[in-house]
Amino acid sequence: MASLDDLKKRIASVKSTQKITKAMKMVAAAKLRRAQESAENGRPYSEKMNNVILNLSSGISDKENAPKLLSGTGNDRVHLCVVMTSDRGLCGGFNSNIIKKAKSYFSKIVSEGKELKIITVGSKGNDQLKRMYGDKIIENVSFKDSKNTNYFDADKVGKIIIDKFENSQFDICTIFYNQFKNVITQIPQAQQIIPMNTKDSKDKTSEESYEFEPDEDEILSNLLPKNISTQIFKAMLENSASEQGSRMSAMDNATRNAGEMVDKLTIQYNRSRQAAITKELIEIISGAESL
Amino acid sequence: MSEEFKIEIVNPEKSFLVKEDVLETVVPAFEGEMGILKDHISIISFLKPGIIKIFSKSGDENYYVEDGIVEFKNNNLSILTSYIFNVANLDKSKKENLLKKAEEEAGKTDISDQSKYLADQKVQVLRLIN
Repeated sequence: MASLDDLKKRIASVKSTQKITKAMKMVAAAKLRRAQESAENGRPYSEKMNNVILNLSSGISDKENAPKLLSGTGNDRVHLCVVMTSDRGLCGGFNSNIIKKAKSYFSKIVSEGKELKIITVGSKGNDQLKRMYGDKIIENVSFKDSKNTNYFDADKVGKIIIDKFENSQFDICTIFYNQFKNVITQIPQAQQIIPMNTKDSKDKTSEESYEFEPDEDEILSNLLPKNISTQIFKAMLENSASEQGSRMSAMDNATRNAGEMVDKLTIQYNRSRQAAITKELIEIISGAESL
Repeated sequence: MSEEFKIEIVNPEKSFLVKEDVLETVVPAFEGEMGILKDHISIISFLKPGIIKIFSKSGDENYYVEDGIVEFKNNNLSILTSYIFNVANLDKSKKENLLKKAEEEAGKTDISDQSKYLADQKVQVLRLIN
């Protein structure tokens, strides 16, 4: 059994770990509120953007010559997957959940005999995917330096994607991120952004006819690249809220576990101290009796 | 009958401005400036770098934008833009900074005609407000 001294040291160390996890939880809670706010503030933009595009695409006259970003290249041989994760660890299952989702998608694509290309956003995802899919990763973007999620970072990622699309390096693009539902639940999502998925919201399109200036095609070809960035930005916002939420609950658990551990160790410590005292007493008494 | 309509400017981070008492708005549409009054026909267009002028009962405002989309429908004007500043809040050094960047961009030779046009526009507008 561990000596009293060892037990004392362990209790002290667990206690200091508990202090750290508690502090991290507090920080995550504060950041979560901000992240949630900005995720909510960012919603009108992406919603409006989506609406405009839906209106446009329903009004487009020549479906054959629709911009490729909307209608796709016509085949689905090369898949580009953008896996968006965090730059920091200690956030529970946040990153692993995205990776798990992404990996199952990857193996599906590979088993269908299609080509796979990966862009990782955030260093944690890159670390985890490097081992299995190292040769498939064509780019790794990380925004460790920027404090908040901002649109210009998203725009950078968007531009990379568009660039690759225009050089016909892939046919279909899917992004992976965690959707923030609440502090305990984050749902890993796979969203196809190229070609755009207009099916699920078709019934919402208004009947109203618009005037377009310049014509639909030109507006669309100007708008669609922006929409990619907007979608990425939305995913980044959701991700950052999810990350903080996930970290908060993970740290909450860790704090609780540390507390339980301290209790257990303290009982053990008290027991062995009592045992030592009893042992000494017995020794003294039996020593006195033998005289 | 009132002659007012509602304007909403959103950027990716938040809803930037909402005003209910707008009388007229002039937006720098891609094919030239466009004035919008109440009961304008539903229209979608996109913006080039320029100044959005808002005339309203509670005062006039000018905003510098670099890109964006305008949508006007049912007397609701929505402007989506990723880069917007209130001209009144732009100080001298910031303006000069923007101008310098724009001039650099316009000076590049390996860009497409359209981006060249946009960059030139940017320089022009920034020189104007400087």
